[in-house]
Amino acid sequence: MIVVTVGTQLPFDRLVGAMDALAPTLSRPVFAQIGTGGYQPLHMDWKASVPAREFDTLLQSADAIVSHAGTGTILLAQKLHKPVVIMARRAAQGEHRNDHQVATAAQMVGRSGIYVADDETGLAEALHRALTVPYVPDSPGDRTRIKDAIRHFLAG
Amino acid sequence: MPGILAVSSGGGHWEELMLLRDVLDGPDVHFATTVADLPERAGIVNATILPDCNRDKPLSSLRCLIAAFRLVQRLRPDVVLSTGAAPGFFCIVAGKLFGARTLWVESFANAEELSLCGKLSVKIADRCMVQWEHLARPGGPVFEGSLL
Repeated sequence: MIVVTVGTQLPFDRLVGAMDALAPTLSRPVFAQIGTGGYQPLHMDWKASVPAREFDTLLQSADAIVSHAGTGTILLAQKLHKPVVIMARRAAQGEHRNDHQVATAAQMVGRSGIYVADDETGLAEALHRALTVPYVPDSPGDRTRIKDAIRHFLAG
Repeated sequence: MPGILAVSSGGGHWEELMLLRDVLDGPDVHFATTVADLPERAGIVNATILPDCNRDKPLSSLRCLIAAFRLVQRLRPDVVLSTGAAPGFFCIVAGKLFGARTLWVESFANAEELSLCGKLSVKIADRCMVQWEHLARPGGPVFEGSLL
């Protein structure tokens, strides 16, 4: 299964619409959490919002995740060892208040298990790679350093 | 271990906070977020749910600000820590007023510039950590590693 998520807070019809168009060409079922988007998919199952635990179960059964370039999904995908395709929300299209997702996506290019689609036209290829390239977990940067710094702060 | 109030909005902010569980966990930590089912999913009991808000919604921001102040007033934590966004920032402001030490951890989602709350935290919080080295400034936000 392919799980599409745009978070639960803001619409991202450009991604939902593009995945809906792509869904009939894929050989597996697609489910989308469309948030507050107005576009209602015709070719894939969808819900506006899925409760957190249920969403975890969905992600666990996913072959690949397709997402806005939100850090929540990127971290969940890493945690569950799932390949993830990300497409950034763009402020110019009214999809977010600024282009921080464009910056996040740019920083994610080339990381293991993360495939960046610049826009709708790059989605099919990015998803194809996510489904065919063997998954190798991204070695998370060394989290020890920031944790130690925070421990140090907490200790006063 | 000092009393810690750890706050984040739902979504990515919360996932980042959850990566800090092993640093924070103990009898004296209290979590607060904006989405009701997130703490339960993470096995956290007794978390506080704050009203969500952003700068486009003045009324909900006011409600959140009041709830943040009430929470800090009730808990009187020694430390307030937040991974964003506005609700966590409000708790940091309240924490400052009630004498807590305050730490803002800017989300790694902000790779090009700090969020508005992040920028304000540079001035208000005792420490502001950024997760991209190029965002650190002398006397300003510090880079001490990343969660990504």
